[in-house]
Amino acid sequence: MSRNYLTLPTLSLRFIPVWRRNYLVWKKLAIPAILGNLADPMLYMLGLGYGLGSLMPSVAGVPYIAFLAAGTVCYSTMNSATFEVLYSGFSRMHVQKTWDAILNTPLTLDDVVLGELVWASTKSLLSGIAILVIIWALQLQASFWLSLWIIPVVVLIGFCFSGMGLVMNAVSPSYDFFLYYFTLVITPMVLLCGVFFPVSQMPAILQNIAAFLPLTHAINLVRPLMLGHIPTQAWLHVMVLIAYGAAGFYIALGLTRKRLLS
Amino acid sequence: MSVLSAQHLRKSYGDQAVVDGVNLAIEKGQCFGILGPNGAGKTTTLRLLLGLIAPDSGQIQMFGHAIPQQAREVRQRVGVVPQLDNLDPDFSVIENFMVYGRYFGLSKTEIAQRIPALLDFAGLSNRADAKIQDLSGGMKRRLTLARALVNDPDLIFLDEPTTGLDPQARHLMWQGLRRLLNQGKTIILTTHFMEEAERLCDRLVILDHGRLIAEGAPRELIAQHIEPCVTELYGENIAHWRDSFAAQLCARHENVGETLFCYSSDGAALMQNLHTQTHLRFLHRPASLEDVFLKLTGRELRD
Repeated sequence: MSRNYLTLPTLSLRFIPVWRRNYLVWKKLAIPAILGNLADPMLYMLGLGYGLGSLMPSVAGVPYIAFLAAGTVCYSTMNSATFEVLYSGFSRMHVQKTWDAILNTPLTLDDVVLGELVWASTKSLLSGIAILVIIWALQLQASFWLSLWIIPVVVLIGFCFSGMGLVMNAVSPSYDFFLYYFTLVITPMVLLCGVFFPVSQMPAILQNIAAFLPLTHAINLVRPLMLGHIPTQAWLHVMVLIAYGAAGFYIALGLTRKRLLS
Repeated sequence: MSVLSAQHLRKSYGDQAVVDGVNLAIEKGQCFGILGPNGAGKTTTLRLLLGLIAPDSGQIQMFGHAIPQQAREVRQRVGVVPQLDNLDPDFSVIENFMVYGRYFGLSKTEIAQRIPALLDFAGLSNRADAKIQDLSGGMKRRLTLARALVNDPDLIFLDEPTTGLDPQARHLMWQGLRRLLNQGKTIILTTHFMEEAERLCDRLVILDHGRLIAEGAPRELIAQHIEPCVTELYGENIAHWRDSFAAQLCARHENVGETLFCYSSDGAALMQNLHTQTHLRFLHRPASLEDVFLKLTGRELRD
């Protein structure tokens, strides 16, 4: 009768109190949290965009800062989701034992992990929108109406990287462990997936690797929308982001069940 | 009918049977104790009963529902005080009630109505807006208990509720638990403190190596396993005294380090003798649950 950790998730609206708990904590420090999340990507975008951009004629046919804007939205959303499920999620699961407390109520671990996933996606949506507001203020987008489509893509990006990050959370013995994920997964994606320069500038082998990485697909959706085109192969990119996020969530749930409920 | 019953519970990790054939039946309104040395399987038993982990074999019924299959429904009527406080440090005292109550699907108004009584129960009425970090250990423990009552549970699990508390805080906790019992609640607690079990529990089991080795009311267990009086003798000459008098004055005796434990039915003759032995220090007392516990589980360290 041993529990099967790989049973499909039971999804229910019971996750809402978990989401709400995290929201209430965030709300207490909302303004500094938003500014803190915004500062780093904004400075990269403005510094590199104007500084480095002034040395370049144009990238992919547009001013460098407009090229960089789409990458910044994606990587800022990715970072926000990743930090939330890794560091904050780990605090709640392992350090503060908040999850243990919740598991003694009618909520199940499936509810808790789903709540964390939705919360991290929500928080990363706020980060993505914050950067978009800067972009709109600087008029870096080609078409405002088309750039509004970036918002649902940001939700997908947040979902994708929250799901992936939850796997790391499930297996981590301590905060230090997350450094591997940043060094081996997040940083390579930032450098290979087209945040700062077109993927086509790289050798073929690196392009092939990039084609499998989710951030590439995020950027392939956001950049055209920013520069005033409809993305090509949009459904492929959408499906890749959903697949990474859903697989991550499923694997993370199985590993977390094993970690907390055995 | 039992509020909670378990038959033939087994749970192993690797080769080690942590819970090995446990049977329990707990009646409504009882305070039921689960005692045992470190590593005896107490916490695992609680986690099984709560449906947090699935047993390898055996059945559990709580309020007529099968556990762990229907644990979600049943937990609506259950409160849990874990071994380590897991109050939410990001919230104040009142916010802890609010957030925790929502996990049970309670509305804001329902929770708000219950908060004054819960604060009063925890003795924290004047600390409603305090941060968790600013509370003492005893306050946190009482708040954890009060938080477990937010859904007005019929059955309350407490895992070592008074470990680490000073005597004042411990007595306050006991008073709180007695109030709950007077209200007709059922309590299941694990503890290392025999005094606590003796005071609070109607019935208890002693668990060792995952098996039940004794079961009954505290008084019954003492009467069953230990002579009514225990005399502890200390001093350098106890060996000499033992060889001269122990066989004659004690029903049973044992040496533990520098101490001689004498068990007797009334101890009058023993007392008379000891008052003439001015070089011996001694303590004469009624037999306690601790004597039973040590007799059954042995005196070696378990960690």
